[in-house]
Parts: sequence; structure tokens; C-alpha cells
Amino acid sequence: MDEQPPILEARGVIVEYPGVRALDRVDFDLRAGEVHAIMGENGAGKSTLINVLSGAVRPAAGTLRLGGDAKWHSSPREAEQAGISTVRQEVDLIPTLSVGENVCLCRQPGRWGGFGGIDHRAIRRRADAALQRLGLRIDARVVLGELPIALQQMVAIARALDIQSRVLILDEPTSSLDADETRRLFEIVRRLRGEGLGIIFISHFIEQVYGLADRITVLRNGRNVGTWPAAELSRSRLVEAMTGRNIEQARARQVERDRAATQREVALSVDGVGRRRVLAPTSFDVARGEALGFAGLLGSGRSELARLVFGAIHPDHGRISMQGRAIDGGVRASIAAGMAFTPDDRREALALDLSVRENIILAMQASRGALRSLPRSKQREIANHYIRSLNIRTSDAESPVRTLSGGNQQKVVLARWLAMQPRVLILDEPARGVDIGARAEIESLIASLRRDGVAIVLISSEVDELARVCDRVLVLRDRAPAGMVEDVSETAILARIAGRDENAEERDG
Amino acid sequence: MDKKASLASRIGPALLPLCGIVLLIIINIIGDLLRDPSPGIFGPGAFLHIEWRAGVGLIGAVIDILNHSSKIIILALGMSIVIATRGIDLSVGSIMAVAGAIAATLTVSGMPALAAIGIALAASIACGVWNGALVAGLRLQPFVATLVLMVAGRGIAQMITDGQVVTFQDPLLAYLGNGRPAWLPLPMPLLIALALLAMTALVTRRTAIGMLIEVVGDNPRAARLSGVRAGTIIAGAYAFSGLCAGVAGLIAASNIKAADPHHAGLMLELSAIFAVVVGGGSLSGGRFSLLGAALGGVLMQTLTATMYARNVSAEVAPLPVAMIILLVCIAGSPAAREWWRSRRRGVPV
Repeated sequence: MDEQPPILEARGVIVEYPGVRALDRVDFDLRAGEVHAIMGENGAGKSTLINVLSGAVRPAAGTLRLGGDAKWHSSPREAEQAGISTVRQEVDLIPTLSVGENVCLCRQPGRWGGFGGIDHRAIRRRADAALQRLGLRIDARVVLGELPIALQQMVAIARALDIQSRVLILDEPTSSLDADETRRLFEIVRRLRGEGLGIIFISHFIEQVYGLADRITVLRNGRNVGTWPAAELSRSRLVEAMTGRNIEQARARQVERDRAATQREVALSVDGVGRRRVLAPTSFDVARGEALGFAGLLGSGRSELARLVFGAIHPDHGRISMQGRAIDGGVRASIAAGMAFTPDDRREALALDLSVRENIILAMQASRGALRSLPRSKQREIANHYIRSLNIRTSDAESPVRTLSGGNQQKVVLARWLAMQPRVLILDEPARGVDIGARAEIESLIASLRRDGVAIVLISSEVDELARVCDRVLVLRDRAPAGMVEDVSETAILARIAGRDENAEERDG
Repeated sequence: MDKKASLASRIGPALLPLCGIVLLIIINIIGDLLRDPSPGIFGPGAFLHIEWRAGVGLIGAVIDILNHSSKIIILALGMSIVIATRGIDLSVGSIMAVAGAIAATLTVSGMPALAAIGIALAASIACGVWNGALVAGLRLQPFVATLVLMVAGRGIAQMITDGQVVTFQDPLLAYLGNGRPAWLPLPMPLLIALALLAMTALVTRRTAIGMLIEVVGDNPRAARLSGVRAGTIIAGAYAFSGLCAGVAGLIAASNIKAADPHHAGLMLELSAIFAVVVGGGSLSGGRFSLLGAALGGVLMQTLTATMYARNVSAEVAPLPVAMIILLVCIAGSPAAREWWRSRRRGVPV
């Protein structure tokens, strides 16, 4: 089995950024007809390795052998021509163009050597062929933006494969897909593997990796910890390899759920809040130290509810109050009352070119007003405090947030709100695109905030996370409340989401 | 460490226009020496010659350039704030015409100059608030929103002066653009520009206004979700830009002791935008550098002055000006920066 020579082989790869060695003598190889998963926490070097292999970053040292030739590609385009295709985490297609145009982007077949304009019929033909190879039945004339994200993702793969690829890199292809869509994507990946492609697969979802990968390589702190056949690596050893921590400790922390039934003191009460075409009137309350979950499918209205409560979307009816006082002045009034909100997309929360320090003190400064500047020394003190206590990996407080990895960027958003010492903290998908290590850190942070009496509202598409963290879960379906799950378990939440519950008729609000 | 780093990030953008200015000065020195080597580099008649004349103060080609660049510097201050919020203000040239027209017409009709100046500046701020309302309130694209006033402003200015060029004799208004205070031997426009630069830097960097402007420009949604009054900040930026345009307009009118609604500030919005961009401001918003923008303004004026000094005829002057602008832009482009960085580190690209 090992006789087969690798189609791609990287040896001793070193990549250095100012102050950080992102990759430290990493070896990696890929065989034809295999799916090779790369796993590791945020900041472990996965993205950097992908960037090196796809020609986006030039390493300081190391060799790359692709088939016969041994050289680094100096641009993603050159790597593509050499047969390495990459589908990145965020779909980097153009939503206003048609599917066909996107598939052929930058390679438009022109008439008369490009001077006769674009040959739309040739585009259709090539796009149809590329889509057919993946077993997709999409009309190439449809505008891309009108397709669901999952199909856009598959179009991205079709685009990557339009040329003669030998290696396909999939960077977090499933992060915005639901279970059904993921299954379809996997069928396509297996089909391509059958055609003899070597596929590099990156995902945070352990089950998906085991469902698809033949071999697993684990990176930690820029080093290759090891490569194993997936069948020979147990889940707990995988997690240990990724985090460098003992899994038993992590599990103990997860299980720690102090439901000490103290006196219930309502921190936030929401009464019939809604907005036309956004969300039907919804009611709930959260007590001090309680964790309330919002569950539901994508588009069920769970994020909209959070935004209505925080004032980021203006509700057209209903009443929101904290400790008896009504709040209806938009975001600023909510913040002043002690509410905090982290959106599901961290790019919506961060000023990427500004420093870690500036991003952390932002809410604090905004609430003081523009004229009363927080003294520099105080700013540094706050920033450094949270960099330490949340274990934010950055070279220093003045680095632009852009240079941090996803999980660490998420922690910067959290730090911004912790600095405000909120009474109610609303977290929309805090663990999205975040590795297990940071995920465990966020969960233990939630636990300690609850001990301090902070009310938590957690929105998640992962039912096991809700079941682990929350005391009660409000389920939403089709932009309306679908009932409160009081006795939290995965099956109870799932049943509510699916609407199979025997009590599905008695809806709140 | 932190202080040094942040100081470097403020000074850094100013280096590029500074290099451009030095380059032009060298061109002028060499040009002068080739024509007539007798004055040397600092002697009388040389480009860098600065002399003290009793009763007037410091005079020389360099002082003239700085003096004439003050209008662009002042416009660039407002423009760099607006650009930092992801905006652009095309109307500053027209607002200059409006301010000049108001001040001139009012003084000619007998109003005290101070009151006329006050009304002219208030009107300029009102123009800026109008722009700000369109951008922050109605969420029009800044380019379109300010284009409206760019076109309408000259019409308003002509309405005020009845389509005429209004000349005035008021000594105080004339002093703004031509005088020199007894206690400081420099031209008034330059002093006004320096004072505005210092005040703007102080206000934006001593308070949190500067940082909030940068956040709004970098990511307006993040700013709003963190409780920043993004609309107020954006509207404020345009109001400030309007004020700056008003000051520049008063200086322009004062320079020629007349308000010319057709030609005052014509095309200066483009010079101001260039000054900001060459000084390190990104049109996609975020970080801004006031010092960089001001030096960008000086660079623009040095260019014009060099064309005169080298006897380039006015008809062909735009071509060499454009070439030098192109050169500076290439030197400051991300690609060039990348190249420099890789050379310094010695890593092959």
C-alpha cells in the first residue's frame, strides 16, 4: 500500500512571519486517490500550509515535489496550472455573474483570440461539462448569487476542477453547510477520489474527517505532530495530538455544569418582540447565571431574534426590559443597560486593520463618548489583561487584528464585551470556525461568567453544544417561536426543531 | 514599545510625500546651477535662498511654495478625515467659491469683515452638514452625494455675486491671504494652515475621535454593533471638510481681493484627494495621517512651482505633473512596498 509514490511531497517547510514561525520544518505528502485531512487548532498552521501548497505564500525553506518537477509555485495561478486546485473557506466567486461565467472566470474562452468578445456558448459548454463531472444539475445561466451557499460551494469546486487537476485542496468546505448538503459534497469528493485525484481536506468537524479521510495529519504550533491512517487513530488520541492536552481533563470541564438552583433573578425579559417579515412575536426571559439557548435551522430566525433583542434590528412591536426598565433605544441603549452581543460572522465585529488593543477597548470607548478618551496606559492594561486571560495568541497588543487566526479574532470580540462587564451576553455561533481547543476555552469561559451571575444567550447550530451548555433552549422554526425545551437533551431539541414533538401545537407567544 | 510603534505608524505615511518634495527641490537646485552657478545653493537668487527683510519677515521661493500650498493643505485635512470614513468630498472646490462669494458680497455691502467671515464659515459648515446628511442619513454613495454640491455650489456662488467677480477693499479680509503678523514673520495663509493642522491633530488624537473615525471607516457595521455613533461621526467628518473648504475659500478670495465664483477652487478637490492618497490615506477608509496629507499638499504645490521655475509652458505643464504624480504613486504602491520589504529581509519572492 505504501509502495505508491506520493503525487505531492513537501519536505522541511519553514514559513516565518514577523515574530512568529508559522511553520517549522513541516513534512507533508499526498497520494493519488486518497483524502488526506489536515487537523489542528486555530493558529496551528493549517492555513499557512495550504497557502504554501497553493502558491500563495513562499516558504523561507523547504522543498516541494509535484509529480516529476520539484519547485515552489510563485503564484496561485502557477500552482493551478501545475495541477493544484484550491477551494477556499469563503466562496471567492462573483455573485453577480452567472454560474457558467464563474466556472470559467479568468479563463473565458474568447473568440478570435479574445478580441471578438467572450464566447458565451463555449462558456456554457465548458461549464456544463464541469458541473456534470460533479453530478450537479445546475443551469449554467443562473446568476450565482441566487443559489444557496451549498451549491455555490460546489460551483467553486467545479471551477477549481475546470482544468486538469491532480491535487484538490478543500479548506473548510463544510463550515456553512447543513448535514444534507455536507453529505452531497462528500459524495462528490469520493467520486473525485475514485478518479485518482489527491484531495487535501481541512475541517474542524471530527466526525466529518473520520467519515471521509484516509489519512490524517495533525499540526500543532506550526509543527507536524504526526500522520496516521484514519482507521488507526482514535478520536481521543486525535484530540490529544491537536491540543497537547489530556482529553479527560477537557471532558471533565465540559461536564461541569453547576445547576445550583439558586434564587431565580430575571436579568432580561423579552415580551412579544418581533418585526414584520423578520420574526413573529417572541417572548422569553433569562435569569442571572442562566444559559438560554436559541436553536433552529439556518434561516429559522434565531440570529434575527438576537439582533432584535440587542437593537441592531429595530423591532416594530414588543417590549424588552432589564431589571424592570424598558430598553428601546437601539444598540447604544442596550449596551448602556448592560447587554453585549457577538455576531455570528466575526468579520462583522472587527476592524481588521486596527490593532488588537483598539478592537478590545472599542465598546468601552464608544460608551464613554468620543471626547472622553480612555488613557493610553489604561487601554494597554485592559488589552494585555485580556490577551493573557483569554490566551489570545498575538505578537503584541499593537498587531493588526488581521494577522490573528480565526479563533483568536473571536476571542478579541469576546474580550471587547467582557471589558464592559455585561449583565447579559448574547453569543451568536461563538464556536463557528473555531477549533476544539478554543471551543473548550469558550465553554469554560461561559461557565465562569455564569458563576459571576452573567446571563448567557447562546445561539448555535450544533445541538450537542446547546445540550452541553444551556439550561433551557428556545427553538425557532420558520421565523417564529416553536416552543421552549425545558428538559434539555439533544433528542428533545432535535424533535422540537423537526416539529415532531407531540406538543408542537402549544407555541409560545 | 507601543508608543514608538504607534508614532512610527503616524510618521511613516509622511515619508513618501517628503521624498517627493526633496526630489523636486534637488531638480530645482540642479536646474538653477546649470543656468547660473554663481549663487551656489543658498546664495541670493538660489532656490533654497531664504532672507530676512525688515518689516516683512522671511521671504524666498520655499516660503512662497509653503504659502501657496496652504489652501491645498487645509482642504487635505478635511479630505483625509472624510476619506478615513470611507467617503470622498468632491464639493470642496465649490464650497470655496461659496465662502468667498458670501464674504466678499457681505463686506462690500457694508457688513463688518469679522461678521462676514463668520457667516461665510457657518455657510460652509452648513454645506458640509448637507453632504453629511445625504451620506449618513440617506446612505447615498459619497461620490454621488457630494457631486450634487460640486455642481450646485458654483451655481449658488454665482447667484450670490450675481454672476460677477466681486472685488473688495476691506483690509481685514485682505489681510487673511496677504498679511504677515508683526510678531511672526510668516505669511498668514501658512500660519492658518499650520494652526488648523495642529488643532486637527490634537483634537483627533487627544480624544478618541480619531480612533472612532478609523473604526467607522474600517468596518462601519462593527462600529455600529459596538455602540459607536457612526452616523454622527460621518456627518461630522463632512461638516469639518466643509469648514476647511470655507477657510480655504476665504484665503483664495483674499489672495486676489476678489471673489470669483467661476474659478475659485476649481479642480482643487482633485489636488486635495491626491494629497491625501499620496500621504498614506486609503480610499477604502480606515487609518489616516494628517501629517502625510499636509505634506502631500506641499508636494502638489512644489510640483506647480517647479513647472514655473523650469519655464515649462502652462499648456504642457500638466503632462510632467502627471508623470511625477505617477512616479510617486508607483513608489507608494503596495507592490513597491512588498518589493522593498522582501529586499530588506533578503528572502526571494
